[in-house]
Amino acid sequence: MNYQDLLLQPLKQLLADYPWLEDFFSSFGLQLPVTEQPLHQYLDRLDPDQLLDLGISQEQLQQSLHDFMAGMLALDEAAEKVESLTIIGGFDKTGTAEQLELTLRPGEVICIVGPTGSGKSRLLADIEWVAQGDTPTRRKILINNSVPDNKWRFSTEHKLVAQLSQNMNFVMDLTAEEFVRMHAESRLVPDPEEKVVRILEQANQLAGEQFKPDTPVTSLSGGQSRALMIADMAILSKSPIVLIDEIENAGIDRKKALELLVKQEKIILMATHDPILALMGDKRLVIKNGGIAKIIASSDAERKNLSRLEELDNTLLALRNRIRFGETLEEL
Amino acid sequence: MHFLTVSGPPSSGKTSVILRVIEALQAKQQKIGVVKYDCLMTEDDLRYAKKGVLVKKGLSGSQCPDHYFVSNIEACVKWGVENDCDFLISESAGLCNRCSPHIKDITAVCVIDNLSGINTPRKIGPMLKSADIVVITKGDIVSQAEREVFASRVKQVNPGAVIMNINGITGQGAFELTTLFEEASDIETLKGMRLRFSMPSALCSYCLGETRIGDEYQTGNVRKMES
Repeated sequence: MNYQDLLLQPLKQLLADYPWLEDFFSSFGLQLPVTEQPLHQYLDRLDPDQLLDLGISQEQLQQSLHDFMAGMLALDEAAEKVESLTIIGGFDKTGTAEQLELTLRPGEVICIVGPTGSGKSRLLADIEWVAQGDTPTRRKILINNSVPDNKWRFSTEHKLVAQLSQNMNFVMDLTAEEFVRMHAESRLVPDPEEKVVRILEQANQLAGEQFKPDTPVTSLSGGQSRALMIADMAILSKSPIVLIDEIENAGIDRKKALELLVKQEKIILMATHDPILALMGDKRLVIKNGGIAKIIASSDAERKNLSRLEELDNTLLALRNRIRFGETLEEL
Repeated sequence: MHFLTVSGPPSSGKTSVILRVIEALQAKQQKIGVVKYDCLMTEDDLRYAKKGVLVKKGLSGSQCPDHYFVSNIEACVKWGVENDCDFLISESAGLCNRCSPHIKDITAVCVIDNLSGINTPRKIGPMLKSADIVVITKGDIVSQAEREVFASRVKQVNPGAVIMNINGITGQGAFELTTLFEEASDIETLKGMRLRFSMPSALCSYCLGETRIGDEYQTGNVRKMES
């Protein structure tokens, strides 16, 4: 339905078809009456003094409604399928060319390694911005072998990249269930209730310690928050590319977390120095002095060592649990 | 001269964001001027001056800050043009949430932060609702999902705006914001232009310095709560 048709619809029908319209109007301090009155008539008859008190003009309200509807209807459109992401090298901080063209495909996990300040975040930012030689590194990013539409840069509906950052704090005063519901609703996913249940269930499988749907998000532990955010991203995010800035060790099954994301057929780029995660990746990009200095493909010998590393990790995890339950470590 | 109005609640990170954008513009040999509007005091002018930016400070004192803004901004633009600035940025705090320094046809930026509460986007008036660009700061402090929920609340009240997350400390996102600053309105004067939205009406006895409480002292434009 286009905007002009929408204006002719009775409010009652609109509220039934697009329940989020109610939320839109209430965010401006207005309440839509459930009547047979067509939308255009309701808008035209709004009291100018009331609108002035609410800090908006008739014209601005109409414009906002138009933009909002356009955005909401766009959410339903199928996102463009991303078959490949290509990074075309730019220059490092000293002006040396990176000389690489690297193509990544859904299901691949690429690790990014390098010391703090080496330029890992800039690489992640170049991808998020779909750089076209117009960032300080002058890298170029292609999607499906071509220069993507500029809309990717500013769209909040069709984000190319979902970023899972290091910080997992919450400041909102909501329970885990309320929070996930609010997030699901803001993304207009079909059947948000079912998604909420799945996200909480999945998060509890990843977290070392269980939490309940009515646990306030502000009292989740670091591991629980991380588990919740990973499950949330895997189930809610439509973005075909996931950028992860470290999945820390604290209280979460990292392997399962990564598998959950890979299963969604996304391209995963992960900044990490964790040997287990690094070896689970297909390739490692080594960042030095602002540029990609080397690409290391995980070797068979490395992969063999992965099981040994996992044993070591499990041993440490078992020790952590013994400490947690008040045991001593006099004998290992 | 490119001219932009930047506004936002106190401590939302306006100055930090502007400073980051300025760094990127200066790298391109652009001359920048900033006009900083505040009520009682500000030391932000020193932060700008330290970056080699031409800066002018305006303190409204006992006057309504946005009235003060609108009475001075035209002269400030003239000052920027006379000083051959490539960019002039006006920075002001939106104090009552009903005012807005945004001008029709002049690029308007509103800065708000992720810590300000989920209902804040609804509570801020034309300063947020009529901005062209909304910059959300302090995203590094909250989780990805919380950032998204906050941005969707902003999108709800200003669906036409470009919404960007910027980290004022590390500067992440500032480069990208700079590209929008470069597209800002190019003007020589504000003569004949209009504000995007009217200011709250007042002019009652208290505007004129009355301090006594009581019906007999209230004259002029007075409104009573519904009982």
